Amino acid sequence: MKRALAAGWLVLAGLGLAAAVPVNEDTVLEIGAQLRCVVCQNLSVADSPSETARQMREIIRERLAAGDSPEQVMAYFVEKYGLWILLSPPKQGFNLLVWVVPFIALGAGLVFVVVLIRRWSRRPGAAAAKPPRVDAATRARIHREMDEMDHR
Amino acid sequence: MSPGRVLTRWLIPLAVVPLLVLLGYGFRTDPKVIPSPLIDRPAAPFTLKTFDGSPIALTALRGKVVVVNFWASWCYPACYEEAPVLERGWRAYKDRGLVMVGINIQDKEAPARKFLAQFGHTFPNAPDPAGRVSVDYGVYGVPETFFIDRDGRVRYKHVGAVTDEIFKAQAEKLLGERP
Repeated sequence: MKRALAAGWLVLAGLGLAAAVPVNEDTVLEIGAQLRCVVCQNLSVADSPSETARQMREIIRERLAAGDSPEQVMAYFVEKYGLWILLSPPKQGFNLLVWVVPFIALGAGLVFVVVLIRRWSRRPGAAAAKPPRVDAATRARIHREMDEMDHR
Repeated sequence: MSPGRVLTRWLIPLAVVPLLVLLGYGFRTDPKVIPSPLIDRPAAPFTLKTFDGSPIALTALRGKVVVVNFWASWCYPACYEEAPVLERGWRAYKDRGLVMVGINIQDKEAPARKFLAQFGHTFPNAPDPAGRVSVDYGVYGVPETFFIDRDGRVRYKHVGAVTDEIFKAQAEKLLGERP
């Protein structure tokens, strides 16, 4: 009886091993790096030394071993915690804004600076090309006063 | 007025407005409150072994209102504040079809047992050593309490210590519903 039971366990264990997909530890860390450690402040599951992060890495490992793809593992965590669990928001829908707006703002700022620089650099040139008009009486007075200064 | 004047006089000061709106929004929202995607969805089934050694399975509790509380002995003061509330709530509603389940997470057995003895909990409490159930419920801190209706759906999640008022309101509401 005991022996039969032991044999049964061995067969079960063998089946379990056969069914398990070999798990690459790099994949576990790669998935963990994209997930927020839920008990930490801005730390990924891969980086956190906390007990919870360790448990989450174990869950990632188990799911991969059960044949889930990395995308399916991520989807499981998103299903439970919402998009909050992802350290970088997905590049779609409303969240696309956070990916696009900084570059739009940078571009707009660049255009603004270029326009401003061109305007500033044009103004002194335009002023030099067109000297202010001085009437004959004023001109005569300037000459007279300059002569007076020379003779003093 | 030249376009340059308009820019400096109005556009630059006006650019502060969206920033102020964003700051106002940011300071009014509590970043710790994260909406759970599990509300109104079927509660994840679990089978655990209580500290007393008896098995407890969520699927066996279908038709009852189930209150699942995640706690830890190191979670002071919130878990200590709510412990008497949970026991009181369980005693008040167990005869009307409410089941209270405590799940001990991120903890060690000895302090967890000491906590249970200190409060004299009479409802089932089970450890979740691998944290599987806590991830299934999207738990990110202790305490968190889930109110599950007779159909096995998560209807309400409370983060932080549960009060008598919250417990009563949720229990009355879910017990009043027919399966």
